[in-house]
Amino acid sequence: MSDVVVVDYGAGNTRSVRAAMTHLGLTSEVTSEPDAIAGAPFVVLPGVGSARSAMEHLVATGADQALHRRFQDGGAILGICLGMQLALETSEEDGGVACLGLLEGSVVRLHADRVPRLGWALVEPWGEAFYFAHSYVGVSPLSVATSDGLTVAIESGSFLGVQFHPEKSGDAGLKFLERCLSLA
Amino acid sequence: MPLARLIPCLDVANGRVVKGVSFVGLRDVGDPVELAAHYSAGGADELVFLDIAATPDDTRTMTSVVNQVADVLEIPFTVGGGVRSVEDASRIIESGADRVSLNSAALATPSLIGAIADRYGSQAVVVAIDAGEGVVHTHGGRVATKVATLQWAKEACERGAGEILLTSIAQDGKRTGFDLALTRAVRGVVSIPVIASGGAGSAAHVAEALRVTDAALIASIVHENPSGLPGLRREIEALGIQLRPFKER
Repeated sequence: MSDVVVVDYGAGNTRSVRAAMTHLGLTSEVTSEPDAIAGAPFVVLPGVGSARSAMEHLVATGADQALHRRFQDGGAILGICLGMQLALETSEEDGGVACLGLLEGSVVRLHADRVPRLGWALVEPWGEAFYFAHSYVGVSPLSVATSDGLTVAIESGSFLGVQFHPEKSGDAGLKFLERCLSLA
Repeated sequence: MPLARLIPCLDVANGRVVKGVSFVGLRDVGDPVELAAHYSAGGADELVFLDIAATPDDTRTMTSVVNQVADVLEIPFTVGGGVRSVEDASRIIESGADRVSLNSAALATPSLIGAIADRYGSQAVVVAIDAGEGVVHTHGGRVATKVATLQWAKEACERGAGEILLTSIAQDGKRTGFDLALTRAVRGVVSIPVIASGGAGSAAHVAEALRVTDAALIASIVHENPSGLPGLRREIEALGIQLRPFKER
């Protein structure tokens, strides 16, 4: 069994997440197979694509139920960008999408000077800069970190979600991933 | 607002990095994977690869370059050149690139912008504009169209582009500074970030550009001295521009 299962939802760039894991000396696989997701030592719900097509894919493959089961059993899940947003209850994206609802909160269109919000930004209270690329943002009472006043990390039980891309955030990102994985 | 970004651009043809002056007179400056790793370690915030040959043979070579780059790079990168369809974009993004850059294909088929954005999100679509004398140019800057630069920038934004990569043809490769007026004008008509390109010759030029826009593309200034990137960053910071905190390896 691989150290890390990266959940496949049919779109986007899973290669970079896997490259980061390889860099940390971990084996990984990309799959939407429910048993692999429920039983893996660590699961990453990655983040590129649109909320609607991602949810449709997760439901069609049964990965949604596997993620629920895993969360209830206390299995570690890291949500990245869209992967963090999908864990909340609903998203305004694509005219409104019901998400996984693992955690309380919703996803709203970003109101910022420039959207998408692209580039490196400081995350507080962690004091590090990470890379962001998003047009939507989570609103949740479970916020544990902010950037420019936005909720950029949420945590509850065994789920940690981040709006930034640790796999694209250089040394700071690798250190972050290492911490996540050693806590799992 | 996110921090200002410094983006080295690697023009690639047949698997090698080349850089022209005003888009002609190309010369070989190195291996894309090696240079990418080097610039990443030197503090690049992001990288852009422009495939300037983009023939069918070259496209296969480029896909393999993208794969190799994705495996060594832990910063985001954009690939442009030869993206003419959603399938082309998929091939590049699924090979590990974060974003694709569209140029003439978007002009010929503007709906391509929205089609790629629908699938991968706006943040994955950069529209590159080669601008000169008020109009958009194609064919690597050699052919003027009748399309007004500002009008096209606005339309690209409305169609779902996530960023504009704006090159001043007159300034490109000259190293005498960015076209700040052009950059300001384009940034004024869109609600997405704008990368200024063409003309970086010194830290002062880059700092000037970063005072008016979100990111600056740099080429000759780093390719001539690839180890000079950390120093360039420090000079830009000394001019009052806040870049991301970065520790040299």
